[in-house]
Amino acid sequence: MVLPYYVSPEQIMQDKAEYAKKGIAKGRSIIAMEYSSGILLVADNPSALNKISEIYDNIAFAGAGRYSEFENLRKAGIRHADLKGYLYSREDVTARSLANAYSQSLGTSFSQDVKPLEVEILVVGLGEQDHPNEIYRITFDGSIYDEKGFTVIGGRSEALIIFLKEHYKGASGVTEVLKLSIEALGGATNQAINANGLEVAALDRTRQGRKFKRFIPEEISELIKKSGES
Amino acid sequence: MCAFPLEDQTSSFSEYLSSHYPHLLQVQKSGIPPLQFLKAEPTLSESFERPPLIPRGTTVLALRHGDGAIIAGDRMATEGFQVSARRIEKVYKADEYSAIAIAGAAGPCIELARLFQTELEHYEKLEGAKLSTDGKANKLGQMVKANLAMAVQGLIVIPIFVSYDLKRQEGRIFKYDITGGRYEETEYYATGSGGKDARNTMKKSYKRDMTEDEAVALALEALYDASEEDVATAGPDLIRGIYPTIKMVTRQGIQDVDEQRIKQVYNIIIERRRVA
Repeated sequence: MVLPYYVSPEQIMQDKAEYAKKGIAKGRSIIAMEYSSGILLVADNPSALNKISEIYDNIAFAGAGRYSEFENLRKAGIRHADLKGYLYSREDVTARSLANAYSQSLGTSFSQDVKPLEVEILVVGLGEQDHPNEIYRITFDGSIYDEKGFTVIGGRSEALIIFLKEHYKGASGVTEVLKLSIEALGGATNQAINANGLEVAALDRTRQGRKFKRFIPEEISELIKKSGES
Repeated sequence: MCAFPLEDQTSSFSEYLSSHYPHLLQVQKSGIPPLQFLKAEPTLSESFERPPLIPRGTTVLALRHGDGAIIAGDRMATEGFQVSARRIEKVYKADEYSAIAIAGAAGPCIELARLFQTELEHYEKLEGAKLSTDGKANKLGQMVKANLAMAVQGLIVIPIFVSYDLKRQEGRIFKYDITGGRYEETEYYATGSGGKDARNTMKKSYKRDMTEDEAVALALEALYDASEEDVATAGPDLIRGIYPTIKMVTRQGIQDVDEQRIKQVYNIIIERRRVA
């Protein structure tokens, strides 16, 4: 009989973390950045499958890593938000509560499942009436980071964060913020990025009701053109 | 323990509720005892003897015109022969291109409207695409059917659904029965206690390809007639400033008809009918 050999918990966790990080590092990046009237989400994503999504009136989601896994998380988030809004009221659905639920789910999955989820997600909440915007970055192990100004998830996120730390000058207009995001994404991949290779969405305070807006390629091109002129 | 159940596949919010939180839906799987006192039309003596009546919404209607459709309702809810509420809202936005108006037991009606709104938004967010007009109409039918057990007890919920169909480029009207039966109307429809009276008015003056203004005027006239013939339907309340509500769906989406505009139309109707 062969005895099952002992592996220390530290080793198991380390291996899992390494596995998850590797999976995430393979993917492309997504940037969330505050602008004067909201938060812009820009993903380097030429495919028709979305990485950015609306969750609720003031809340958006972005996922990097393995598509099937963050897609499941996205759906679970929409269910969480819609259930809460139906049970109580629309204003009781908050980004913080959702980010917490995600953190719980990912944390549990990381410690209990054999294969950790290879995802990194963003939950952004638009602040209204003097409330600041909320940007939560949640990693594969359930760690949650409350970010200010901007953040990046997905592969090469560290390089992008270094670039943005240098160049982000506070919340300006949407065109400037988009331009900066494209520069950052292009710099990281050493490729020129055009409108068709981008997925862009925003939570915009000037909108009525549901604040989420997805930009179609024509609108993205238009914004890029404007940013070139300014 | 997972904070989210991750295994769900349905894109329907009401399906999700019924499989995970069945107590939140008003569907009663087992029969509830007959609620005599909830009868739709108690006799006069019953209404005095049996106090726990529930509020009921009365007349709602919808009407197609050249650019889309409008949907309207009066503002009164009654409990037997008593006025229960003067400012109740019976017309609800369902999504950017559709609206429902509901007649029947007010509580379940409002609940159904809220559930339907959540349903459409939920589907749109999960699937990344809006439901088709027929999809919405069918889903609403299933939700009305889910209320059947309550309906046979007297808690009837009857919606009218209007939607602007972006594919066909026209407004569409759907009516329902308590079993969830879904029927499309091509011109106009009205239901509730004053529904028949409102239908009679619309029948006389309805024209295909009316303008939106004509449609609004006809809808308000129909509600006015219903309020004259049916005691449970309210006309314009000039003293308190309460008027019926109308929403319109067109290619531009859903919009409320301004109260000022409704007021003006009523002023004309009243002047025309005033006995010199």
